[in-house]
Amino acid sequence: MNFLKKIGAVISAAVLALSLAACSGTESGSGNSGSGSGNGNFRTIDEIKSEGKITIGVFSDKMPFGYVDNNGEYQGYDVYFAKRIAQDLNTELELVPVEAASRVEFLQTGKVDIILANFTVTDERAKQVDFALPYMKVALGVVSPDSAVITSADELNGKTLIVVKGTTAETYFTENYPDVKLQKYDEYNEAYSALQDGRGDAFSTDNTEVLAWAMSNPGFTVGIESLGSIDAIAPAVTKGNTELLDWLNEEIKALGEEQFFHADYDATLASVYGDTVDKNNLVVEGGEM
Amino acid sequence: MRGIEVLFLGNNMLRLLEGLWVTVRLALVSIGLSLILGSALGAAMTLKNRAVKIITRVYLEIIRIMPQLVFLFIVFFGVTKLTGANLSGETSAVIVFTLWGTAEVGDLVRSAFGAIPKHQFESGMSLGLSKPQLYLFVIFPQALRGLVPNIINLSMRMIMTTALVSLIGVTEVLKVGKQIIDANRFDYPNAAIWVYAAIFLLYFLICFPLSLISRRLAKRGADK
Repeated sequence: MNFLKKIGAVISAAVLALSLAACSGTESGSGNSGSGSGNGNFRTIDEIKSEGKITIGVFSDKMPFGYVDNNGEYQGYDVYFAKRIAQDLNTELELVPVEAASRVEFLQTGKVDIILANFTVTDERAKQVDFALPYMKVALGVVSPDSAVITSADELNGKTLIVVKGTTAETYFTENYPDVKLQKYDEYNEAYSALQDGRGDAFSTDNTEVLAWAMSNPGFTVGIESLGSIDAIAPAVTKGNTELLDWLNEEIKALGEEQFFHADYDATLASVYGDTVDKNNLVVEGGEM
Repeated sequence: MRGIEVLFLGNNMLRLLEGLWVTVRLALVSIGLSLILGSALGAAMTLKNRAVKIITRVYLEIIRIMPQLVFLFIVFFGVTKLTGANLSGETSAVIVFTLWGTAEVGDLVRSAFGAIPKHQFESGMSLGLSKPQLYLFVIFPQALRGLVPNIINLSMRMIMTTALVSLIGVTEVLKVGKQIIDANRFDYPNAAIWVYAAIFLLYFLICFPLSLISRRLAKRGADK
């Protein structure tokens, strides 16, 4: 085995040397990038402008907020806004596909400058990233058959409401409307089948969800478009990047004057939620909920 | 059959193939690097040196215990957090799959050489072969025969594991499929089954030839 041993010894020494060289290489590299901004974790507006490109994390498979159409182009409510941000910063736009589970990490490591991925503002997340002003909101909606449309939550007293287990709708009606009979299902498609079969008088979950469903299922109407606590959806930047955060807040306020997000709704959400919906139940202008 | 037309809308077919190329490219580069580094590691593992044994053992165990997904997150996000160096998704993926492949190939090489009976070395020597001749003509051919099917097996596992890279922003074939399903979920609610069938076929087209080669090689090895 002597020959093999010698080969082994030589190669392992070479690998060790190489890896040491590689390590020292990255160290000097990080020194450079660190000195650029004083904090290697995010880019200032000047750095974004001088590099000529802003990177924004969006969903690539969450129609109608961020998705890739059949021609391979990014589309959606979030993407429409992202394009406007790049235009107003006068830079190119690089869209990075992100997953719900990795949105926070992408910001913390500065791999994107902004996340625009249907990001709901929560206290927990606000500790890890900085949220700008909201540009959309989500609440509960109630969908019912055209023959007996439910238009206020009080009408549900004594009636049967279909909900999905573990959703905000279940908690909200249990706490606030104890007289409503809840019929609970594990899956969304079971709940929708139950509604179609007439096993309940109405179905409640996120308004974006029921609006989209009612659009593609004639015979059903969303009688209550906004109910319960309202969740804000906002852009997020890396914690501490106040300069970009302030710029975004000013941008959102300025866009409010031209009703930009109503135009965004017409361009991206109208085909999914319909034109008859009160846009103000979903769209937030100027960051005012 | 409603829904199958989604595959031919726009340039969806081309996008799926592009996604497949990302998958294959990642696997090819990682396997190539793993073969080079893994052979070296395998050779190092045959050394009687205690320190080398311990280090290689620890490396092997860490790689095997750690789920590849965790490993991807550590390299893609962790390295940036610690050093500020910004690795691209694809580079991170190649690093992770190469580290994994190197460990596996190293162990395969070690056991392939370990499985060669001692008398093969002794008979070769007694025939008057020099050390390089002994390895070139007697040992390597025998070790290789057991090695190739295992390497192909590892390659196939790697091709399928690349689906994880969509979590670090690399769009491979499975992710393209999900994008297509989602973009058409209102117009073609039944598209999912067709898109997944197409992806299944693409994986099959890549992996089945490999599986055939592996089976043929294993059989030839057994015949000799």
